[in-house]
Amino acid sequence: MFAVEAKELSKVYGKEKTIAVDAVSFSVKQGELFGLIGPDGAGKSSIFRMLTTLLLPDGGEASVAGLDIIKDYKEIRKRLGYMPGKFSLYADLTVEENLNFFATVFGTTIEENYHLIKDIYVQLEPFKNRRAGKLSGGMKQKLALCCALIHKPEVLFLDEPTTGVDPVSRKEFWEMLKRLKLQGISILVSTPYMDEAALCDKIALIQGGKILSIDTPSAIVEAFPSNLFALKGPSMYTLLQATNNCPMVEHAYAFGEYAHVILREKEQSPDALLAYLVEKDFTALEIKRIVPSIEDCFIRLLR
Amino acid sequence: MKEQVIIADKLSKRFGQFMATNQISFSVSAGEIFGFLGANGAGKTTAMRMLCGLSIPSEGSASVAGFDVYTQTEEIKKNIGYMSQRFSLYEDLTVLENIRFFGGIYGLSDLQIKEKSDALIQQLGLEKEAKKLVAALPLGWRQKLSFSVAILHDPKIVFLDEPTGGVDPLTRRQFWDMIYAAADRGVTIFVTTHYMDEAEYCDRISIMVDGKIDAMGTPAELKKQFDAQNMDEVFYQLARGAKRKE
Repeated sequence: MFAVEAKELSKVYGKEKTIAVDAVSFSVKQGELFGLIGPDGAGKSSIFRMLTTLLLPDGGEASVAGLDIIKDYKEIRKRLGYMPGKFSLYADLTVEENLNFFATVFGTTIEENYHLIKDIYVQLEPFKNRRAGKLSGGMKQKLALCCALIHKPEVLFLDEPTTGVDPVSRKEFWEMLKRLKLQGISILVSTPYMDEAALCDKIALIQGGKILSIDTPSAIVEAFPSNLFALKGPSMYTLLQATNNCPMVEHAYAFGEYAHVILREKEQSPDALLAYLVEKDFTALEIKRIVPSIEDCFIRLLR
Repeated sequence: MKEQVIIADKLSKRFGQFMATNQISFSVSAGEIFGFLGANGAGKTTAMRMLCGLSIPSEGSASVAGFDVYTQTEEIKKNIGYMSQRFSLYEDLTVLENIRFFGGIYGLSDLQIKEKSDALIQQLGLEKEAKKLVAALPLGWRQKLSFSVAILHDPKIVFLDEPTGGVDPLTRRQFWDMIYAAADRGVTIFVTTHYMDEAEYCDRISIMVDGKIDAMGTPAELKKQFDAQNMDEVFYQLARGAKRKE
């Protein structure tokens, strides 16, 4: 049995029949950390809302914990935990009251499942009498995760839990997810940050309601043709423009302090490119072959 | 030396006992792309609000586009552009209506607005979408339009608060092309981001920790100073030591 299984799942909105989710199929194994990676507007939240039984699909079918998302919606709701992208707790209840509320709704107590949230909740405990609406962004996010976990769900749905969060806090959040995975909880998480993809067991790259690629992060990287180079030199902006004008270059784009360059021919050496650039008066150039990141793969798939 | 368009000297903001921004000093020259980094809760937004004339400092001094942040806040607002990730355009107005609205707010004449609208729509290739609601545009396009609207009145400085959050990697790069083009025309760019690769695209950056600026320089200087391979490591070394958990 899969923790989550979607087959040709589709969603269409409004009079203009905008296709938000276009026949999406994927499956999440039990105990797996599965990432939906894509920008805002890719259809990630619509997929989450259909799987968590909050939105009816217009096509296809899906199951969560082996249960049908339409027929068995009541049972599914008991078994899943959901942290929406937008803060959805009660702003005028305190931290402790929110947690208590969600535990009670699911017929349990904070004490019964405290072991699941302990690591996260200890950071919140000094503020347990503060109203949730008065918490900072990072604290709200931690409380929302605790509330989604307090009934010991089999499958956890986290919709963009790290959007707008700084790099250090993002790292901490992923550490927490790894520990939850060890407790046997299956996790479906979405993110617009490509660097987080590498931390998942399996990922689906998604754009415009369609899955572009689906595999383990390492397999996606291995499927990239081996002709990617990192190029550096003075005045990067003009260097990038000149590189893109070179006939042997398929695509060059900024990537931190380097420009990443894909050459058209798979086995081509970068020497000819360097000669071309030197002729255009560029000096002090540095070029090296590199292993692509998920972001490189995504950019290639977008084109 | 180039004209200094932002000068902050020991700029501070206190909320009760809490020093949100604690004696920050820096200057930004005309046409420079200045990256203003820091963890959530480090005090970036408070500092930015003071520089935009939206919040009066508790101590210290600063001038923006030559105007004082205590006494000339209205002048500052006329001479800067501002764009944030959260709010930028009215979703239930069309592309053209948004341009007309912001043009009016900035005090442009009808003729100027007409000329600017035509030029902008053409530059962005939005001819087909001009009369559509902004809500119907993909986020990436909306952010590009939003940036163009923020510099509609030819401000000397534009403040960008996480302009590329959630935007796809290709559009993110196109957005930076627009930033470079604006800087090339002499517009000063003051930008915050959580993408560390974007920190590399800035001429100079500062990193705030617990209300103070803990590091400032070109990306190359900072990597050397912290003996780091990339900006991610520099940021991690600095922010890890933060005591203030937002």
